[in-house]
Amino acid sequence: MDTTLDIAAIRADFPILSRTVYDRPLVYFDNAATSQKPRCVVEAIEKVYYNQNANIHRGVHYLSQVATEAHEEARQTVQAFINAAESREIIFTRGTTEAINLVATSFGETFCNEGDEILITGMEHHANIVPWQLLRDRKGIVLKVVPFNERGELDMEAFSQLLSPKTKLVSVAHISNVMGTVNPVAKIIAEAHAYNIPVLVDGAQAVSHMPVDVQALDADFYVFSGHKMYGPNGIGVLYGKEKWLEQLPPYHGGGEMIATVTYEKTTYAELPFKFEAGTPDYVGSVALAEAIRYMQKFGLKAIGDYEHQLLQYATEQLMKIDGMRIFGTAAEKASVISFLVRDIHHFDMGTLLDKLGIAVRTGHHCAMPLMHTLGIEGTIRASFAFYNTKEEIDALVAAVDRVQKMF
Amino acid sequence: MTINETQDQVIEEFSEFSDWMDKYAYLIDLGNSLDPIDEKAKIPQNLIEGCQSRVWLDAAENDGKVVFTAESDAVIVKGIISLLIRVMSGHTPDEILEAELYFIDQIGLKEHLSPTRANGLLSMVKQIKLYALAFKAKS
Ligand SMILES: Cc1ncc(COP(=O)(O)O)c(C=O)c1O
Repeated sequence: MDTTLDIAAIRADFPILSRTVYDRPLVYFDNAATSQKPRCVVEAIEKVYYNQNANIHRGVHYLSQVATEAHEEARQTVQAFINAAESREIIFTRGTTEAINLVATSFGETFCNEGDEILITGMEHHANIVPWQLLRDRKGIVLKVVPFNERGELDMEAFSQLLSPKTKLVSVAHISNVMGTVNPVAKIIAEAHAYNIPVLVDGAQAVSHMPVDVQALDADFYVFSGHKMYGPNGIGVLYGKEKWLEQLPPYHGGGEMIATVTYEKTTYAELPFKFEAGTPDYVGSVALAEAIRYMQKFGLKAIGDYEHQLLQYATEQLMKIDGMRIFGTAAEKASVISFLVRDIHHFDMGTLLDKLGIAVRTGHHCAMPLMHTLGIEGTIRASFAFYNTKEEIDALVAAVDRVQKMF
Repeated sequence: MTINETQDQVIEEFSEFSDWMDKYAYLIDLGNSLDPIDEKAKIPQNLIEGCQSRVWLDAAENDGKVVFTAESDAVIVKGIISLLIRVMSGHTPDEILEAELYFIDQIGLKEHLSPTRANGLLSMVKQIKLYALAFKAKS
């Protein structure tokens, strides 16, 4: 592989990568589900609890000040990471799922009425389907779906045609968690904006694989999860343009998100606090910032380039296996490969790969409508991170070949 | 043969395998040679929807004994089904209700009956007992 990254040194930052499963070295290819954590992220969590734990925004005491500053600094780190214009446009959530639910609820309540349309695509994760269905049940909106072609690329003509005067929001994955397709979100946003339609981008699979600039994209909302980007579980981000966030009502009520409360009337806090009811995850935010700094040390461009080489190598090698069927062959593709061999069931293949120490995901990957479109029940999915190696891919390919011969 | 005698026989057979590959190759063989369930029995009521694989289970009573037929879309699951049927099918409702399945554990396939596997097998075992209960109530 042609890279300036020192992969051996990077691997050493992730203690879990040197463990074994069933007495075999672990090959971790389930990064699209969650990534492993470098030591610095775990240490950041420990440091907060051991040195600066105090509830934030509440106390005048020293520790509370320190903790509050760390949390707000983390917000600025996230802001810089995706190049948001203002740190108040960064809302900490529990993850991608909560961020989409927040928008579906607060935006939906404000701007959507019966018969209005929300436009999603045929390759969304359930997290970008079900919240809109809940809105449909509450408000009688209509959910429209942009189809994709046999390579797993969005049908942009259909997209243009599906945009209508009734479309209130477009909500689309930046990268498909099943097929790896990198969707042309800049184009989607430009086209939707021509009709003043805002766009939410589900960046759960994107932020750890490519540089993301929300201003350059002109995204109205951009959401992602910490645990898929080497950060801790339980924290995520909703970026929203100030002009939208200002117009949306709070999602949850409670402490932290208010200005004044009387029994008659409550006024809400300014952004971002309006959307952060209750004690926020000020430990997770700090650790997430550490994960961002960790990635930035290498650069998202270098990370993405290396992962792309892994993807290409894995694709070439897997295709040598008789009966290999890869789902998703988009020209723009990130390091996710979904496949089946002949009609061997994904559970059978996954069970045996597991025995060989290879961690892949099997099943529908929380995208049952997508599976339905592909006419299958599930796939085996190998997804790579920048700590993975060519040798691990060789191990995967050898294992898949060995297993397929058993059927 | 009683349920426990069959269980012991299966354990004996599996003790021949020195590594897991052989064991799974055998399960695949068993799965491939499992009698398919009657197409007419592949109805939603007989479907046990696991997250990873699906299992169809049907039961009939014959001379006071319960006969099970089952199938899955995954071959390894079918292999385990074949063992479960061999052990449980053709016994009276009382025998089935009293049976304690220890062979799965002993042949090292316990993980496949864990609730986190979501392959439909655990629900299948529960369903086998429910069928026995239903036939018992009828008689
Ligand atoms: C594209 C996409 N969207 C949303 C999610 C949901 O993320 P989370 O479970 O962290 O909220 C995932 C991850 O599973 C995903 O891949």
